[in-house]
Amino acid sequence: MPLKRVVITGMGAITPFGRGVDTLMNALLRGDSGVRIHPELADIRGIRTRVAALVPGIDPGEIPRKYRRSMSSMSVFAALAAGDAIAQAGLSGEQVRGGRFGVSIGSTIGSPRTTQAFFDDFRIDNSVERMKSGIFFQIMNHSCAANVAHMFGITGRTVAAAAACSTGALAVGYGSEMISMGKLDFMLCGGADEFHPLTAATFDIMNAASTRFNESPGKTPRPFDRDRDGVVCAEGSGILLLESLDSALRRNAEILAEIVGFASTSDPESIANPNAASIAHCMHQALLDAGIGPDGIDYVNAHATGTELGDIAESEAIRSIFGDHVPTSSLKGNLGHAMAASGAIELEASVEMMRRETLLPTHNLDHVDPLCAPVAHVRENTLRRVDTVMKNNFALGGVNSSLIIRRFRQ
Amino acid sequence: MTNLEIIGRIDRSIAEEFEIDMEEMKPEKTLFQDLGLDSLDIVDLVIVLETAFGFKIREEEGIRKIRTLGDIHSFVIQKKDELESIPR
Repeated sequence: MPLKRVVITGMGAITPFGRGVDTLMNALLRGDSGVRIHPELADIRGIRTRVAALVPGIDPGEIPRKYRRSMSSMSVFAALAAGDAIAQAGLSGEQVRGGRFGVSIGSTIGSPRTTQAFFDDFRIDNSVERMKSGIFFQIMNHSCAANVAHMFGITGRTVAAAAACSTGALAVGYGSEMISMGKLDFMLCGGADEFHPLTAATFDIMNAASTRFNESPGKTPRPFDRDRDGVVCAEGSGILLLESLDSALRRNAEILAEIVGFASTSDPESIANPNAASIAHCMHQALLDAGIGPDGIDYVNAHATGTELGDIAESEAIRSIFGDHVPTSSLKGNLGHAMAASGAIELEASVEMMRRETLLPTHNLDHVDPLCAPVAHVRENTLRRVDTVMKNNFALGGVNSSLIIRRFRQ
Repeated sequence: MTNLEIIGRIDRSIAEEFEIDMEEMKPEKTLFQDLGLDSLDIVDLVIVLETAFGFKIREEEGIRKIRTLGDIHSFVIQKKDELESIPR
């Protein structure tokens, strides 16, 4: 059975810049930072970072209570982004509920805020007598996927990949493969996460969270920069509507991009430390999947979070495959690291860079770290037509992922 | 607490928890059909009432017979009467 081609026909984003892909792109094109000082972090003993990139001004009230009661913030983000992706794709409720539609949305863990709220109450008197019915549905691992499926009446597969920072890219990759195999015609794919000090602390205790820019949040994180000092945690959601090309052509949908390659590999060397050879292997596998060579890639959207080890490893991997001539940038300097959402949000921005024929630079990259392998960093907004883009994401736990998208042509 | 005060507290608590307009809070309204609640909401309804009145009712047989908002009013008034008649 021949594999089906898979295209993107809708995108929704909830980011530290607000709601919508246009809002995201306008902020990125201006060179804005979504990172802010959060003095309340000082109330937590032992945590040193005071900065994060949180989502402003989202009103969960537009989601009917019947659906909202089982949602934490991350599911609210995912549901709103999913609705926007469906709207952009121009799909009717009937098409969404038609049985050929699935969901592939993940988060790093179930809601940490709800989990904390439950245990705060539970520990008062060792009691579950005040436990509301919605709690489990907010802390289960597939909360975002299930809530989106429930809210939109989706009856196909529900998949909830969970691989920390690789989650969004994996969810898109797995969704793409299911459509490619003909199991479904449509899938809402992406990731979502909500900020909790637990996430920031996870990086902080490993000396991988940014702590030297607590008074100047716009200056951090600094991917590939010599003065980078770690991750800035963020939150949000990116949800893409993937569709078989046959379906998109049949209904004359606007095609935003085609997904032509995907790879995910495991790095058993270390549960925490990135490895250049393993990253390069993943990128190479994605090229094989797409059936193209390194010269077929016009731009690399790097994972690059601004950690000491991660940026060096990824730069070495990019250098080993592409040399120093394929434009490369990371968007985490603007966005921080929205964990499970990051891959999907950055993929959406990559689609838009292709459509707008403008490459976005790495924010805060003032002095390229000589310890990073020399690659072709994008240093400013650059007018340039690119047709094929590689999107990288690498996760704690040793889960690598690379996606390749291409400007659609018949 | 008078019966009217009890009814007022019930109506306000339920309206707030389930985001129902106070004008909808009429005794004859059925919980499922008219007020749009479902089985999960009933779990939370018990907690709302327990929190509002400081009693434990989850195991009460009478809860299962509740169909309307008026049934809740009667149930809580009776429960308060029972509790207040117990010598301290």
